[in-house]
This record gives sequence, C-alpha cells and structure tokens, in this order.
Amino acid sequence: MPASILKQGAYLIASIQSALTDAEVIQLQDDLVEQVGKFRSRGVILDVSGLDVIDSFGSRTLHSIAVTTKLRGADSVIVGIRPDVAFAIVQLGLGLEGVHTALDLEEGLAFLNRMGEGGRRGG
Amino acid sequence: MEDEGRIRIAADADLVLARQKGRRLAAAMGFSGTDATLIATAISELARNILAYAGVGEIELARIQENSRDGIVVVALDSGPGIADLEAAMQEGFSTAGGLGMGLPGARRLVDEFDIVSEVGKGTTVTLRKWRAFAA
Repeated sequence: MPASILKQGAYLIASIQSALTDAEVIQLQDDLVEQVGKFRSRGVILDVSGLDVIDSFGSRTLHSIAVTTKLRGADSVIVGIRPDVAFAIVQLGLGLEGVHTALDLEEGLAFLNRMGEGGRRGG
Repeated sequence: MEDEGRIRIAADADLVLARQKGRRLAAAMGFSGTDATLIATAISELARNILAYAGVGEIELARIQENSRDGIVVVALDSGPGIADLEAAMQEGFSTAGGLGMGLPGARRLVDEFDIVSEVGKGTTVTLRKWRAFAA
C-alpha cells in the first residue's frame, strides 16, 4: 500500500507516497482511527505531498479523517498539499473548513506541539 | 500522441490510471503543471461519476488543434441509467449516489468548455475541453 503510518511519541505520522485508490484512502482512514486508540495518540499528521490529485472525494475524506480522529481524541493536521493541488481544490469549489493544515511535516509537528500546550493550559 | 485513446473505467484503479494518462498527455502538450493538475482532477471527477452511477464506462483522451490554439478533450461516456434531471445534476450539492454533489459542477469549473448529453436508460456523455494558446 502506498501509504504508511509511523508512531512518533504521542503522534501518528501518516504519509501518502503516491496516488491512492479510493479503497486505499478509506483503508488509511480506518487504520488511522484504529491506531489512534491503540497507541493512545494525541495527534495525527497526515502528509499528502505524494498526492498529485485531490478531487471532491479526496477533500471529503481528508475532512472525514480530521473529524473522526478528533472524535477519538487526537488533533490532526494535514501537511504537504501541493500548490497546484491547492489551486484545484479552490477551483472545484471546495475548501477544507474545519481541517488544520500546515506547510510541511516540521510545521505540522510544531502545530501539534502548540495544540498540546494549549490543551494542557486550558485543562 | 502517447496517452491519447480510451481507458476503460470499471474499478478504482482505472480512475488513477485515467488521471495519470490525462496529466501526462497535458504535460506532453505543453500545459502548465497547474493546468495538468486541473485536467487530471476533472478526469477524476468524471471517472468517479462513471463508477458511481454506471459502474462501467470509458474515458477518452485526445488532442485537438485549431488555427491558433490546441487543446485537450476529455470524453467520459457510459451506458448507464442516464440523468433524468440534468439541470439538477449540475447544481452544487445535488447527488443521488451519496456524494457531495460537487463532481459535475466542479469538473465544469476546472475546464474551458463543458458539454453533457444524457438520456435516461441510454447513458451519459460528458465532454470537456481545455485550451492552450500557442506560444508566440
């Protein structure tokens, strides 16, 4: 499968290396939601830099992954959306409302760390 | 050109193949990377509609040339149930397959020309064109 999930401390890092079929996208979502529970993860980074197309199904699934992992208690951030893919998502008339995004893995980790600190402060 | 021709759409993996071929053809023709992505995304939406509504169909990719420009034409055809209410199908948020209802209106926004012909019980043909001006 051209996607992998890596456990990194309290976070899970899911990387998509190349184009995924719809079935593989759904599988990744299921695996992530399951592993958030298994590893008691506090955050999920989804690196989509390997995706050269994100269509309406792709956008909807990214949103769905963000919401389901949140319901399982983990913050999530999507990183690595390519510039031309971002443009196509806008042209399609879609957005990724309610989904956190960051430029790359490094920014994604920084984001989750900030979320973690805020969460602890806020109780 | 290579990557012109018909691709049978009957499974998930065909969708990936169709958009990859569309991207390669667009790139070979000299479309920008952004345009190639828009074309590949439009192909993805049309191929997904074939799978969702007809189960099986074809995507045809071809290069078209006119006096001062050339373009890519994408034809998505199926012999599925057809669309009873085309006007509704072109509205955002309208779906009878549990989708977002962004497929057809979304694909239309990604290209220059969009044409759809559908007959209930006979099938649906969607034709997209995206033009590229020749460099001076």
